[in-house]
Amino acid sequence: MTPEAIRRLKRRYAAERRFKAYGIAAMTFAAAALLLLLVTVVGNGYTAFWQTQLRIEVFFDPDAIAPAGTTDRRRLMGADYRTVLLDAVSARFPEVRDRDGLRQLEGLVGSGAEVQLRDMVVADPGLIGQRRQVWLLAHSDIDMLIKGQTRLGDGARVTERQAGWLTALARGGDVDQFFNTRFFTGADSRDPELVGILGGVVGTTFTLLICLLLAFPLGVMAAVYLEEYAPKNRLTDIIEVNINNLAAVPSIVFGLLGLSVFINFFGMPRSAPLVGGSVLALMSLPTIIIAARAALRAVPPSIREGALGVGASKMQMIGHHVLPLAMPGILTGTIIAMAHALGETAPLLMIGMVAFITDIPTDPLSASTVLPVQIFMWADHPERGFVEKTSAGIIVLLVFMLVMNASAVWLRRKFERRW
Amino acid sequence: MIRIPQLAAVAAAAVAVVVAAGAALTPSAEAQQARNQIRAAGSSTVYPFTTAVAEQFARGGQFRAPIVESIGTGAGIRAFCQGVGVAHPDVANASRRMSASEFNTCRQNGVTEIVELQIGFDGIVIAVKKGTPPINLTRQQIWRGLAREVPVNGQLVRNPHTHWNQIDPSLPNIAIEVMGPPPTSGTRDSFVELVMQEGCKDVAEVRAVTDARRRNEVCSAMREDGRFIEAGENDNLIVQRLVAGQSGVMGIFGYSFLDQNRDRLEAIRIDGVEDSFENIASGRYPVSRAMFVYVKKAHIGVVPGLREFLVEYASERAIGDRGYLTSRGLVPMVREDRTRWRQQIEALQLLSLGS
Repeated sequence: MTPEAIRRLKRRYAAERRFKAYGIAAMTFAAAALLLLLVTVVGNGYTAFWQTQLRIEVFFDPDAIAPAGTTDRRRLMGADYRTVLLDAVSARFPEVRDRDGLRQLEGLVGSGAEVQLRDMVVADPGLIGQRRQVWLLAHSDIDMLIKGQTRLGDGARVTERQAGWLTALARGGDVDQFFNTRFFTGADSRDPELVGILGGVVGTTFTLLICLLLAFPLGVMAAVYLEEYAPKNRLTDIIEVNINNLAAVPSIVFGLLGLSVFINFFGMPRSAPLVGGSVLALMSLPTIIIAARAALRAVPPSIREGALGVGASKMQMIGHHVLPLAMPGILTGTIIAMAHALGETAPLLMIGMVAFITDIPTDPLSASTVLPVQIFMWADHPERGFVEKTSAGIIVLLVFMLVMNASAVWLRRKFERRW
Repeated sequence: MIRIPQLAAVAAAAVAVVVAAGAALTPSAEAQQARNQIRAAGSSTVYPFTTAVAEQFARGGQFRAPIVESIGTGAGIRAFCQGVGVAHPDVANASRRMSASEFNTCRQNGVTEIVELQIGFDGIVIAVKKGTPPINLTRQQIWRGLAREVPVNGQLVRNPHTHWNQIDPSLPNIAIEVMGPPPTSGTRDSFVELVMQEGCKDVAEVRAVTDARRRNEVCSAMREDGRFIEAGENDNLIVQRLVAGQSGVMGIFGYSFLDQNRDRLEAIRIDGVEDSFENIASGRYPVSRAMFVYVKKAHIGVVPGLREFLVEYASERAIGDRGYLTSRGLVPMVREDRTRWRQQIEALQLLSLGS
């Protein structure tokens, strides 16, 4: 080899190595970004799964709640638990008598504890008139202090005096952290110690189910027609261009469409997952159609000819041979479309799903919100306790997405067919 | 492998069910259907307060918690004014008073009877990290620090100021760096209206501009050279960046966010006035706006609990000096105003605006 050729060869090898290095660098960057995201979110959010509680003796005063033996639910629900709660806390610290001190005592337990007492009595009216040691939810400000997310000092939301009482309680083993079950069984609330994500999870499940049930069959049928039946002419060209354009329309536009068509014209209820799912289905359709067409096109023509050759009708050819072979590709497109729909908030704003809803939805027609909206709204609250709840919500959203994608991948594996 | 005809049959059945569910809700059927839950829509600034009242109201166990949508004041009033009937919201949340033109739209759509309640004020603060030496800025100084064009030697030029003491030698030698909300935010609108436009009023060079549109632009445009930073709609983001940043960096956001973060942040004085409750409620603190709730009288008695909800909202335990909204960062009105509004609510006095 001439020295000239050797130099050229060296240059080519060097270029090759550089090319590979770029690829590795890109992958490392992506992995690092993902890792950073996960570490921040989990680091900020895992504390939300535990909750500070204070053990205090509560006297379920019949004068404040209802005479013993009452089972009238409405009466039990509407009773004055605030007084019961405040009596219990001030009985624990009898030396505090000044007005300001009592107010600060009040601040140890929030409205969370009030709701807790109400739920206890409603579940078991026999408690009325009794004394019980109860683990009460601490006020979110106390919770934040115990978790080290706020500090004591000038301007702090927890006073030195309150901190002193907490130390006294802790000495008796009356301060502890418990697993926050309410976060997984409740719906939205304005008190950080009471919020739950289940409302968002159920709402998201309904919305995505509706979306899948509408978009998947419609998308596949449209793709089958366009690929297998439609003649190639100007009209189908226009349709094709429009489908591609539709995939690029900003999602808020679909929300406006949903508002005018589903809510104003058809009169469907606001905030319902049925409407949300329909809007998201419109948004996902182009993605599914495009993916399904690509998957159908990838099925070799020999399969079609073979099927027709042994006497299958066109419908049998598509149903028995082409679609099953294209199914993994179609499912991949559907996964992408669904994952996209899972993260949307913009189209849901106009149809009333960006809302405060304290009930867990029971069906696709009841008012509900979805996970990303829930996270978005918690992020906007001023209370410090919502910072960790926001991250915890993101963790739940990520887990939801993983479960959804894993099941889709499993389905795809199951139907995958090689030849 | 899957049997496609079966799959198709299942899918078709599913679609049929969904479509049937949709068809069952034809306008006539749905509109007649009574609603047993209050619906409110509107400003994201009022949202934290209306939701707190909604939850407290539902704790009694007598009514379900109202649904509160956070879609912005304009969109909320538009939905509210679309008509009478359960398909439209019962309550509108607004971080400003309803305008005469909105009121007229309402009337044209049959929403003639509206009850108005002022719930209190929301202050806008300029905050710095705790430990920064005390700063006092006048609105004119803020305008000179943040406007895109300012007068230098009698000429309007691109804002050349990099430090506050260049504007006035009495101010500290701190670099101008202010984080605030983007133009899509209601907080930004209020800031521009209450601080920037007021701040440029008495500047001779601006008054010399004869073209009203040009003058308005000079007064409202924020500088775009990186000294005013649009930090996103989310006020918590500004708080976090202030805490993590250097001292002397300022942030513009709503009062309730300062209230929750007083262990890390403090407000600067504006025109020499501190951001206390008394100063905001009396109007001495210059950067505050009133917040309102509007209720359709026609829905009272139709949607269960609407009247009770309104009474709860106006009650002393909600919007009073020690009310639960006040502990969430609402700045209460003075006592006489609260009493006056409460009387108006009890009498269901109707709103009238313009012609």
